[in-house]
Amino acid sequence: MYPAAFDYHAPKNVKEALGLLGKLKDDAKILAGGHSLIPMMKLRLAQPKHLIDLGKVPGLSGIKADGKALAIGAMTTHWEIESSSAVKSKLPVLAEVASVIGDPAVRNKGTIGGSLAHADPAADWPAAMIALGAEMVCEGPKGKRKVGVDQWFLGLMATALKERELLAQVRVPLLPAGSGAAYMKFPHPASRFAVVGVCAAVTLDKQGVCTKAGVGVTGAGTKAVRAKGVEAALVGKRLDPAAIEAAAQKAADGVDVQADLQGSVEYKSHLCRVFAKRAITEAVKRAGA
Amino acid sequence: MKLPVKMTINGQKVSHEVEPRLLLVHYIREVVGLTGTHVGCDTSQCGACTILIDGQAVKACTLFAVQADGATITTIEGLAKNGELHPIQQGFWEKHGLQCGFCTPGMILAAYQMLERYPKPTEDQIRHQLEGNLCRCTGYHNIVKAIQWAAEHMAGKK
Repeated sequence: MYPAAFDYHAPKNVKEALGLLGKLKDDAKILAGGHSLIPMMKLRLAQPKHLIDLGKVPGLSGIKADGKALAIGAMTTHWEIESSSAVKSKLPVLAEVASVIGDPAVRNKGTIGGSLAHADPAADWPAAMIALGAEMVCEGPKGKRKVGVDQWFLGLMATALKERELLAQVRVPLLPAGSGAAYMKFPHPASRFAVVGVCAAVTLDKQGVCTKAGVGVTGAGTKAVRAKGVEAALVGKRLDPAAIEAAAQKAADGVDVQADLQGSVEYKSHLCRVFAKRAITEAVKRAGA
Repeated sequence: MKLPVKMTINGQKVSHEVEPRLLLVHYIREVVGLTGTHVGCDTSQCGACTILIDGQAVKACTLFAVQADGATITTIEGLAKNGELHPIQQGFWEKHGLQCGFCTPGMILAAYQMLERYPKPTEDQIRHQLEGNLCRCTGYHNIVKAIQWAAEHMAGKK
């Protein structure tokens, strides 16, 4: 399959990339790892006239811990996150999420920034970013700006990223002591995309009462969403199996569940509840309760 | 508008002018002439086109040749040295890890990276690491055995 013809640009730094974006506007697409965009171009679902490849821009990849958060460069690959010792020691759930994206070859090229800017409704990262309360750092002609994850996903493959901006970094806050997090998904057997995926992060006090909960659901609807009903049902409770079961029952509430080739609305709503229960149960176990 | 690309494939330096939309797998097969790298699904799922770019297993159908400018690439043709099969190739021979052979070049290069990352993989690890490589003949059983054979025979040589 051949994509439609395009002009290729390989800027050497962010400023040059932003200059090209400003000049070419709608006719240009940013190329990160290319593992969503290139398949779409091959099917001619996307036909950009210009590609701006960030592959040769230094400084956009790598993982730094600064005490409060992990700062992950947008061009950091899924494998780099999966294999990072900083991630494994400070926020291991991110390595867990990375390890179930696509397959090893896809993880070598696909990037966290590409995934979050593309906002595929069945991508894995969005659920984790919601559960952990991440911030996206965008760079544009007027400088940097941060966007909280709850303002980021606007709809099917639509985000708060503006026309002349690029996503430069993702900041993921570290969890306080007494916390646990887990990601559980039902993978599509061929593509490994999430038919449904749920990420849960819980913080427990010394009595085992939940003081904070974050739950993100991906795959079921047109965009990943925060399961507010589940979170509200977890906070203030001792998370025994009955409390977890009751909270997980709300996992599909507020999700615009879409019927598709993978399943009906009823089936996918059921998966939301099942995988919410599994993710919360594992998160509580990891919190040391 | 054609652009110049240079890369090193299996130790040989190559340079050509290519259209930006030329996929790396077509560059390798049709421009360079190395047809061991296969095109299977052409949708980033089957792994028949897996090659190593700067040591990492990548699906060559999901990358433009221009993105690989300056890269060092290994294809299936580059694994045997002086007529002697690489232990992974030998493992596929010994354990009958193929029937039609179409997926085999990609399987072997995926296994190459796997054994670099996990020199003593468990069966579960092997199966998880092969998720991006589809085989329609073997049922994977002998492929797993071939990789186990290779892991045992490579362990002594490092």
